[in-house]
Amino acid sequence: MIVYDKVSKWYGSFQVLTECSTQVRRGEVVVICGPSGSGKSTLIKCANGLEPFQAGEITVDGISVGAPGTNLPKLRSRIGMVFQHFELFPHLSIMANLTIAQVKVLGRRPDEAAEKGLQLLDRVGLRALADKHPGQLSGGQQQRVAIARALAMDPICMLFDEPTSALDPEMINEVLDVMVELAREGMTMMCVSHEMGFARKVAHRVIFMDQGRIVEDAPTEEFFGAPRSERAQQFLSKILRH
Amino acid sequence: MYEFDWSSIPGALPILAKGMSVTLELTLTAIAVGIVWGALLAMARLSGKPWLSWPAATYVNVFRAIPLVMVILWFYLIVPALLQQLLHVQASTDIRMASALVAFSLFESAYYAEIIRAGIQSVPKGQVAAAQALGMPYAQVMRWVVLPQALRNMTPLLLTQAIILFQDTSLVYVIGLADFFGAAYKVGDRDGRLVELLLFAGLIYFVICYAVSWLVKNLQRKSVA
Ligand SMILES: Nc1ncnc2c1ncn2[C@@H]1O[C@H](COP(=O)(O)OP(=O)(O)OP(=O)(O)O)[C@@H](O)[C@H]1O
Ligand SMILES: [Mg+2]
Repeated sequence: MIVYDKVSKWYGSFQVLTECSTQVRRGEVVVICGPSGSGKSTLIKCANGLEPFQAGEITVDGISVGAPGTNLPKLRSRIGMVFQHFELFPHLSIMANLTIAQVKVLGRRPDEAAEKGLQLLDRVGLRALADKHPGQLSGGQQQRVAIARALAMDPICMLFDEPTSALDPEMINEVLDVMVELAREGMTMMCVSHEMGFARKVAHRVIFMDQGRIVEDAPTEEFFGAPRSERAQQFLSKILRH
Repeated sequence: MYEFDWSSIPGALPILAKGMSVTLELTLTAIAVGIVWGALLAMARLSGKPWLSWPAATYVNVFRAIPLVMVILWFYLIVPALLQQLLHVQASTDIRMASALVAFSLFESAYYAEIIRAGIQSVPKGQVAAAQALGMPYAQVMRWVVLPQALRNMTPLLLTQAIILFQDTSLVYVIGLADFFGAAYKVGDRDGRLVELLLFAGLIYFVICYAVSWLVKNLQRKSVA
């Protein structure tokens, strides 16, 4: 579904990504972890072209992201993305947040879009908040709405960039629960996350990044059982302790 | 001691009203053109394409570095010749209003461009990324996500600029155009009651400007809440 082939990226002379290759198959859940600044966000933002890259190739559902002729907006409309800081549109109601792209991008009828929106709000347990504005919701609620907003586009896969790291501890689980359910339904997912409990529960594979390289890419059991690289071992022992 | 005599004001009201309509026409036209042309200039400056951003930046900086009075005078001297060449208007047509409208519109655009540019930049990058990630092309990102938020952030500044503009229109006296100030001056001069007429005109300017800035303050309070 998502294939990275030797992707490299530079900011000026600073290399953020160095020949990253991996793939996420249909229905697979991959968790990406690694120290701060190792290029995790950059890696997944390349998958929908939010970040350009200078070398290598990425294809999503067979479509090359970096090729000049690719209709990026169209491709992005099929890839869901959830951000660390939610990024709901503050000037729009929750309902409008869920429907605007359905209507403007996919050309759905407003009533159709609203029905879909309500259905998804129901699913994340927030139907009662449809008429509120994002500023009136807690962080956990906002992130659940953000997931619903992405799902409203009927995406073929979902990208998550540290969806729980801006949340108060007591709100982390309500978001993870939604993600676990999504994973169990067979959604193809690429998640940057340090929630190792989540990774153990649903990830098929874990990728460990360090200094712009994919250092480890292993099935979940193997990764937690015996990470091969020393950096990954250190990293794991650090985050699993607390 | 000076004896105030307000008796010439009631009779002068129709002339003053006509002057006010010139003032308002200038102000509203310059606001409308200024916001549209200013928004285009702002987007050109933010486009990241040198062949767009460079001319826009030059335009803005030049107009902001020249006194308004001079711009008004230049256009008064240049626009007539241009109009006559382009539209074959008779030399007798009064072009003072036309030249003032053009001068104010182009001049204010430079200021509006800066306000709008700051407004667009005040919208967090993450909002743009989120809109793009939903599949919106650039125009939709601007239309549905960036501009509504930018507009909300910059409304107080836009209104403040409108107040300044409203006062600055009195500068058209240099080309002999009878705006509200010009009309008051003419009547005062004619009746030998300059002090009263100018005090009265000042009062009207004050009331209008004060009312609008009060509105701005309330808007600000609402947008903070
Ligand atoms: N616009 C930019 N210009 C220059 N360097 C950048 C830019 N954005 C990111 N970087 C650098 O690229 C590197 C990778 O950034 P990235 O955000 O992908 O890391 P990350 O693994 O997601 O880190 P974190 O865990 O802190 O989110 C960092 O060293 C960062 O400083
Ligand atoms: Mg990151």
